[in-house]
Amino acid sequence: MKSVNVRNMEIAFGETRVLKDVCFDVEPGECFGLVGESGSGKSTVLRCLSLLLSVWGGEVKIGGTSVRDMATPERCRTLQMVFQDPYGSLHPRHSVRTTLSESLIVNRLDNHQERMEQVLTDVGLPIDFLDRYPHQLSGGQRQRVAIARALILEPDVLLLDEPTSALDVSVQAEILNLLARLRAEKGFTYIMVSHDLAVVDHMCERFAVMQAGRIVEILPREAIPGNGATDPYARELIGASLEYERAV
Amino acid sequence: MTDHPSDPILSVENLSIHYRGTPRPAVRNVSFTLGRERLGIVGESGSGKSTVGRALLRLLPTAEITADRMSFKGIDLLRASEKDMLHVRGAQMSMILQDPKFSLNPIQRCGDQITEAYLTHNKCPKREARARTLDMLEAVQIRDPERVYGLYPHEVSGGMGQRIMIAMMLLTNPSLVIADEPTSALDVTVRLQVLGILDALVRDKGIGLIMISHDLNLVRNFCDRVLIMYAGQVVESLKASELDNAQHPYSRGLLAAQPRIGGGRGTLPVLQRRPEWSEPVEASS
Repeated sequence: MKSVNVRNMEIAFGETRVLKDVCFDVEPGECFGLVGESGSGKSTVLRCLSLLLSVWGGEVKIGGTSVRDMATPERCRTLQMVFQDPYGSLHPRHSVRTTLSESLIVNRLDNHQERMEQVLTDVGLPIDFLDRYPHQLSGGQRQRVAIARALILEPDVLLLDEPTSALDVSVQAEILNLLARLRAEKGFTYIMVSHDLAVVDHMCERFAVMQAGRIVEILPREAIPGNGATDPYARELIGASLEYERAV
Repeated sequence: MTDHPSDPILSVENLSIHYRGTPRPAVRNVSFTLGRERLGIVGESGSGKSTVGRALLRLLPTAEITADRMSFKGIDLLRASEKDMLHVRGAQMSMILQDPKFSLNPIQRCGDQITEAYLTHNKCPKREARARTLDMLEAVQIRDPERVYGLYPHEVSGGMGQRIMIAMMLLTNPSLVIADEPTSALDVTVRLQVLGILDALVRDKGIGLIMISHDLNLVRNFCDRVLIMYAGQVVESLKASELDNAQHPYSRGLLAAQPRIGGGRGTLPVLQRRPEWSEPVEASS
């Protein structure tokens, strides 16, 4: 289990400053949520963390080591990302086998067949799905493949970018259960972006509310039902979600 | 607003829709009537809820639509010619789509698009159409209508885009609005605003509303009646206020699978799909 420490993360796209002085700490084995409206920079934090965007200021330490000091293979085996849209994040002309084995080949790992069978079992898919293509899978199954692809390098930290927002309620429950089970079994550290506070309340111990590239408040999950936020925007966001749930 | 008004705007009996080249029909034996009320259709993706909405507007050229009856204000939607449908679509029955990013023309100014929709169905001077558009933009709570009129869709936010869509659809004074997942592309904070605006306009003008959604909370709060669809059939029809007392195992499963704020953190109940749910049900709903 590894901790994640983000210090003074900043990035600008041209003139626009997208992230301003983002700082937060995630305990080993914790699930940490990032919430906020679209465009507030939640996903950008994850993209910076994983060095999908490389030109940014500040420092990120995972288990005490800066991500910039890690060699690419080491970084990939430390953190992996699951993307929002399972329809867009799998290559349409690669079978599940190709998708999963690619990272094994790149990282020169052995026992391909065994490892692939193991991760598919972990995410609750039958092994004969290895030879299917994304169009032969449902949305929930695709998201399971995307999670399997993240798991196959046995990372310590999983970055989840709205892992269930493209899915139905019934399928969302399956994926959330899967993520909770994997965390209990393997001790992952999760950083989860979501716009659904009910999901954050279900999964995360603490969460940060973001607005316009800043973290305005970091709250424990217990603050949601009674709206214990002090920042006006965080109060508004939690209030709106509560109203949406309860208004009849 | 009564639950079963004496003059239904729309009545559908045993509607079945079969896409060409597929083994099974996408929608089977769906029956409902709609007065000046708000009807929600819920179900997971692939359950046929959007297909029903599209069939009502006859937007499915590649599907075979059969029904015992499908009448809208005395017009038989099954037999109406394409020419007649042009007077129905957009004028008397309109549809709000899911994502404003894809449903607005990216290279036309927002205001001009709304005006065009109005001029298509009403003969009047352009100046008057423009004035009506500005009034309508104000009615959907856009603060500076003059400025927004001249903006292109990429210059407006998602919430504003969806309000522009609502303005465009309601400007022609339709009797029925079909909202196909109107807010699933929007943030929670904006979602309530947009729904509030839509709700207020629909109530004021006495428009019938069909709200298609997979979000049970939304339907519970903004509809009078709910149809729950599974595998192309309506498995249950009940009052929105009584949604918690749903009987069908599928409806109950859907309700239970939703994580709740302040709820327990145990494993969420997962739907165990039963093959018999897909069997034809008695035409009782």
